[in-house]
Amino acid sequence: MGKIIALVDGSTYSESVCDHAAWVAKGKGWSVDILHVIGRRDESTDPRNLSGNIGLGARTALLHELAELDAQRAKLAQKRGRAILEDAVARVSADGVKAHSKLRMGDLVETLREMETEADLVIVGKRGEAADFATMHLGSNLERAVRSSTKPVLVASRAFQPVKKLLVAFDGGTSALKAVDHIARSELFAGLDIHLLTVGNESTAAKRGIEGAAALLKGAGYEVTSEIVAGEPDKVIADRAEAHDFDLLIMGAYGHSRIRNLFIGSTTTEMIRSCKVPVLLFR
Amino acid sequence: MSPDFLTRMRVDWLGNIRGDLLSGLVVALALIPEAIAFSIIAGVDPKIGLYASFSIAVITAIAGGRPGMISAATAATAVLMVTLVRDHGLEYLLAATVLAGLLQIAAGALKLGRVMRFVSRSVMTGFVNALAILIFLAQLPELIGVPWLTYVMVAGGLAIIYLFPYLTTAIPSPLVCILVLTSLALVFGMDLRTVGDMGELPDTLPMFLIPDIPLTWETLQIILPYSAAVAAVGLLESLMTAQIVDDLTDTKSDKNQECIGQGLANTATGFIGGMAGCAMIGQSMINVKSGGRGRLSCFAAGVFLLILIVVLGDIVSIIPMAALVAIMIMVSIGTFSWSSIKNLRDHPRSSSIVMLATVIVTVYTHNLAIGVLTGVLLSGIFFAGKIAQLFKITSELSDDETTRTYHVHGQLFFASADDFAAAFDFGEVLERVVIDVTRAHIWDISSVAALDMAVLKFRRDGAEVEIKGLNQASETIVDRLAEHDKPGAMERLMGH
Repeated sequence: MGKIIALVDGSTYSESVCDHAAWVAKGKGWSVDILHVIGRRDESTDPRNLSGNIGLGARTALLHELAELDAQRAKLAQKRGRAILEDAVARVSADGVKAHSKLRMGDLVETLREMETEADLVIVGKRGEAADFATMHLGSNLERAVRSSTKPVLVASRAFQPVKKLLVAFDGGTSALKAVDHIARSELFAGLDIHLLTVGNESTAAKRGIEGAAALLKGAGYEVTSEIVAGEPDKVIADRAEAHDFDLLIMGAYGHSRIRNLFIGSTTTEMIRSCKVPVLLFR
Repeated sequence: MSPDFLTRMRVDWLGNIRGDLLSGLVVALALIPEAIAFSIIAGVDPKIGLYASFSIAVITAIAGGRPGMISAATAATAVLMVTLVRDHGLEYLLAATVLAGLLQIAAGALKLGRVMRFVSRSVMTGFVNALAILIFLAQLPELIGVPWLTYVMVAGGLAIIYLFPYLTTAIPSPLVCILVLTSLALVFGMDLRTVGDMGELPDTLPMFLIPDIPLTWETLQIILPYSAAVAAVGLLESLMTAQIVDDLTDTKSDKNQECIGQGLANTATGFIGGMAGCAMIGQSMINVKSGGRGRLSCFAAGVFLLILIVVLGDIVSIIPMAALVAIMIMVSIGTFSWSSIKNLRDHPRSSSIVMLATVIVTVYTHNLAIGVLTGVLLSGIFFAGKIAQLFKITSELSDDETTRTYHVHGQLFFASADDFAAAFDFGEVLERVVIDVTRAHIWDISSVAALDMAVLKFRRDGAEVEIKGLNQASETIVDRLAEHDKPGAMERLMGH
């Protein structure tokens, strides 16, 4: 039996993550592990003391003061975490899916890496708690999670919509092929319409690639249309998704070198940001 | 460029920008008087310590292993350099600084951070207490044979430092102390010694220069002892401070990386005309207290420090020494572990002796490295002595009075070997002796030799000897070292 890891943090996206998890779990007959990670404290806390002097027994006094503050915050975070998980489990179980809650402390990405070894899919919200600070820029938890995960990741949009039309962004790379292969063998998408889209120049290689992918999907019994469009990948794909009411975008993730991504960002991140639909990413 | 590395970098540098910049500023303000004071301790111009603090702070922020820790020119290293500067001059100090850095890089590469395990808590307490005493002693020249006004100023400075935080904690009180005392001195035209009297202050950015010394064997012989001491003390204080920051922030750090970063910082600092430094316990505490957590805090402290001294150089030179002395007294009081005095009563006597010995030897030699070494040796000896007490021998005679069985319990090693050898009664006439070491551990060749000796003596008296129950640990060492079952063993053991 397969397993889904759904990441919740109590933001508005958590409900949507639960709904997406329930939908996939029902379709596949999988169970769901709902994970909430309480962040470690690598930030300083108020009240700040800028007096710059060290008095008698400064070290122990300071240690007690910091520990006291941290303990209070940790207790609150724990309470809150349990409440979030309880709601999430209730929401997923209401759809008749088996759900377990997991409350962990530490770094989100590290925790996810430990947990995902037994999972088949990771579901995460498009934005989180820190949306005001990190709306999908380098540094947001989402991007870190997606980058470091070795499993397929479903990035949930603000609210769950029943999925009827799939848009597959196909660039001919290994992860895109993996994505197509996964759809072909998956019962989750059975009977849906699929649109294959390659953004770039119409070269023979691109043509051959997309035709091969279409043939594979047709062989699996899907209704497939395909096209090759010139332009900037993120813009074209986002426009398509919007204009034709696609409910889910499927693509391979993070093809380019890390260094390049560092300076000019990546198509994948851009896509997640600009698309209003959920995105299923394959590494 | 793994995702982990990038993530770490991002958290370390950008995870706490506001807090890090603010605390960096507070630390920079606190560093100025300290860097000047430590230069004076070492007997060099204030600019040497100020350049050093800038470069060490910036480089350890980048290359170190403990985000949120402050490194700069320190008292611990400054007191080591006094004689070198006095006998050979500044250029040798710079060369020694470069060499100390290289030694520290080597220590980090060899993963010597693990050696810290042998520095017990008592030694660490002794270290910080000795450091506090040395900092305080270094202030005495400024307090002896000076106009009475100086005492008034120092007392006033201390009052400001300790009382001002009750008004507000938004402004560093040492800074207020400097501002108030400087203004008073100016307004009333007091004739007090100022920082400007102590030597040259920096007015330009630091420049790269190679220490002007002959690259000969003699030079190496001169600087190596100093470099080794500076490297050792620097690492010790850095690793200790890293542990303190670990505890305060409840995060982990890479101690070996810290050694390497410290070494890189010192090597580079020697080339820009700065003196060696290391992590600073007091400053790191101030940093954490002010909300600094990331690498940015130490980096910002270094950069702010440079900006402040280059821009405000003229102002810095008119600060009365009394203000610096007050701040240094605060640092020494804050560094001293006052609870350790109370603990002298409650802690085991051996721990107290180790702590006191570390302090006494350090203050006497003015060398923290020698003090710590003394402490570590003493802790080792005391530990051996304690473990040696975990040892006893019981015996019983068989009913026919021909066989005696000795039961050995506990630890057999150099410290207990004598007691072991003395526990057998060789005057007894026996046909058979059984030595049961099932419940004993044989650790080293001293105890093996003692066991062999006992066996041989019994054999000479005509007894059959059987050794029972050598456990695995003992067996290996006995197999490799024991002589009693080899021919001619007696002669060899008797030293023929």
